[in-house]
Amino acid sequence: MTSSRSDILVVGAGPAGLAAAVTAAETGCQVTLVDDNPHVGGQVWRAERETLPPRAAQWYARARQAKVHMVGGATVVYAPSPHELFAHSVDGAKKFQCEKLILATGAHERFLPFPGWTLPGVVGVGGLQALVKGGLPVVGKRVALVGTGPLLLAVGAFLMQRGAHVLCIAEQARRTRVLAFGASLAWHPRKLREAVKLKRATRPIPRQYSTWPLAIRARSQSLEIDLTRKPESAAAVTKTLECDLIGCGFGVVPDTVLARALGCDLNGEAVRVNDHQQTSIANVYCAGESNGIGGADLALVEGEVAALRACGQTIGRDLQKRLDRGRSFAQGLNDTYQLRDELRHLGQEDTIVCRCEDVPLEHLHPYGSFRDAKLKTRCGMGACQGRVCGGALAFLRGWAPDSVRPPYAPIPMEDFARMCADATT
Amino acid sequence: MSDRIRMTIDGREIAVEPGTTVAAALMMNGVHSFRESPNGDERGPLCGMGICFECRMTVNGASGVRTCNLLCADGMEVSTQ
Amino acid sequence: MDSRRAIVVGAGIVGAACARELARAGYSVTVLDSRPPGCGTTAAGMGHVVIMDDSPAQFALTKLSRELWDQLDLPDYGERETRGTLWVAADSEEMDAVRSKHRAYSDQGVDAEILDEHQLAEAEPNLRPGLAGALRVAGDSVVYPPTVVEWLLNDANCDVQQVDVTEIDDNIVTANDGTTLTADVVVNAAGNYALGLLTEPLDIHVIPRKGHLVISERSAGFCNHQLIELGYLKTAHGNHGETNSESVAFNLQPRATGQMLLGSSRQFGKVDSVVDPGVLAKMVNRAMEYMPGIAKLQAVRTWTGFRGATRDNLPIIGPHPTQPHLYIACGHEGLGITTALGTARLIKQFVLKEEPDIDPAPYASARS
Repeated sequence: MTSSRSDILVVGAGPAGLAAAVTAAETGCQVTLVDDNPHVGGQVWRAERETLPPRAAQWYARARQAKVHMVGGATVVYAPSPHELFAHSVDGAKKFQCEKLILATGAHERFLPFPGWTLPGVVGVGGLQALVKGGLPVVGKRVALVGTGPLLLAVGAFLMQRGAHVLCIAEQARRTRVLAFGASLAWHPRKLREAVKLKRATRPIPRQYSTWPLAIRARSQSLEIDLTRKPESAAAVTKTLECDLIGCGFGVVPDTVLARALGCDLNGEAVRVNDHQQTSIANVYCAGESNGIGGADLALVEGEVAALRACGQTIGRDLQKRLDRGRSFAQGLNDTYQLRDELRHLGQEDTIVCRCEDVPLEHLHPYGSFRDAKLKTRCGMGACQGRVCGGALAFLRGWAPDSVRPPYAPIPMEDFARMCADATT
Repeated sequence: MSDRIRMTIDGREIAVEPGTTVAAALMMNGVHSFRESPNGDERGPLCGMGICFECRMTVNGASGVRTCNLLCADGMEVSTQ
Repeated sequence: MDSRRAIVVGAGIVGAACARELARAGYSVTVLDSRPPGCGTTAAGMGHVVIMDDSPAQFALTKLSRELWDQLDLPDYGERETRGTLWVAADSEEMDAVRSKHRAYSDQGVDAEILDEHQLAEAEPNLRPGLAGALRVAGDSVVYPPTVVEWLLNDANCDVQQVDVTEIDDNIVTANDGTTLTADVVVNAAGNYALGLLTEPLDIHVIPRKGHLVISERSAGFCNHQLIELGYLKTAHGNHGETNSESVAFNLQPRATGQMLLGSSRQFGKVDSVVDPGVLAKMVNRAMEYMPGIAKLQAVRTWTGFRGATRDNLPIIGPHPTQPHLYIACGHEGLGITTALGTARLIKQFVLKEEPDIDPAPYASARS
């Protein structure tokens, strides 16, 4: 097992993690940055083939310059303490020791169950972008994007550029709300420029608001999706599209697995932090979307703040101002794309909610908590450990996730035993 | 264009561009069902980022490897069984 | 006509089984627990229904209980599978133990057969070569305890309430909000918490004994029986009461899902539920010594639980020594799933003043 020791370990190499690692390293700390993706950039700045987007490339160059030790393709699967973490990769187990830990584990898409969402070819919106960036060709492919949030537009534009035929973007939020949010961007010039650019790029794509999916069916060589549009009757199909691929994503959920494993308190679905990105556990900081959804710019600022605090530095007034601005944008974003109550009824009784274990919604009726339901129905007991159904059930039932136990992702017994034997805690 | 990467899927030789993920390589080569669920339903990749575990395959003899976060490499052997 | 009322404190498998017995005997039963049913020690266990012969009293109770499991009309979701137990002998000394165990089982009318080295290898091809043999107890089975608890309570039509009980004084049960409930009969089946609820303490103590388990992904066919190293009898049940003592033993169970559930460890003097990496490493390494292929199984999840143990490794089953309406059913250590049904049968027989199926004296609450 390889082993490394650093002053600061940053988990997650998206914007927050990159900014944290670079900031800490530039103040003179020894920094290790680990991510389960092969490249840095996280989801929002994911490399396409071998090429990083420009902003990610800049941060990557700075990280190299500052001698950040970067480890890609390694998933943290066990943290006996905040000072000792084990990761797993295709070439085995790795051990990381550190004085301070910065969690920048980001967020993942929220998937809501509705008939047909488990069919092959139905992927996350970001998931589809990730696959295409990983080399999946979409030239001439018919794609529908459904769900909520600015990611729908960003991915719509991206897919169009890569030659896909994007049939529609179905956004559950009301048009008036989205327009109001757009107007509020006047206070955030960079965001406004991005939004205008996106709007222009996605002009050819039919966009529908107050619209969501009712069902997807598999046809011999394609998929067929039924959409419904408010204010018409909730169950009425207003449009049926034949597609090759369907992207579904109902916003994003903070990834709190590692934070919860370490005992960090949550604030709703996100890791609770104080003004300085400190969690409830000593020496553990959290930055980026794992402590609340707010986009890449806020994540960068938070990463910087977390790193400065972890290195014992003070936060300048300018940084504090950027943090406050970022948070006000995040608030507007989350309010605008809040999931509507109607979406609680997308699933039928026999719709699978836990994909790992094939648990349908109807099996969950008698239970009042995730733990009770898990023990009695196997919901959330499979390989993903409730990462996928957890986001749905937080919305559908208000259930908090069940406790986290190692390994946080399935790994071979021998590797797990090796990590346990090597743990000093 | 850079040198293509040569690898196998269930013994069948394929070639892909550098930087291609194994999940994408599989989908490009006609693999759409990556897993059979406990009820016997077909499943494919969902999240594309390593959290849903739907895209796991046996890679170079190691089972349960998430293919969405894994880059193709020369000589790699992927088994869909 | 009003039926007599019973309160069962504790909705684990022991409480649920007691509730069902009393309900079938005509009692109107209320079950109280601070957590949903079957979510405590019951959920943490392996769910092995097994005859054990540590002592004559243990043998009698496990044998009675296994017979009652066979009579239970459990639906499929209880995941009961009768795959049998293999007590694996590593060497000739352990093979001697297999033979004496075989005699003990046969004398009491329990089917058991001795497997030699080759028969063992055939029965479980993934075991390492060169093991001496095994005792096969074909009638042992495996269940999934949380859903069994749910079924026991539903089958008996019990009233289950989520109430945090803080005190039991004969037939007066007090909750943490100060409210009290009374009944004709109270059964205290609150597991590790049971004795702490009594207003009249017992001389006997129940000490939590921490255990770890790891479960794998589906790997149907990897093993066919519940496998336990015979050394388990020496290691797992020894050293009672010594603080900080710990032991591990190879114990592998095929689940109805095709998953492999791997145990086991025993630690005294531990009260936090955190996974202890040192113990886990020893436990998995021990298992890999017996079954090298375990190395490649994917570990999905680990967890810990606390078995309530008495000094003599026998549960406490029977009336409270001084409070006539109160019955105790706790301290089942690692055999709570197996012996829940026998325990409940004895409790019912005490309550109804019936002739007990087995001599209950060894389980009396008035021992130390």
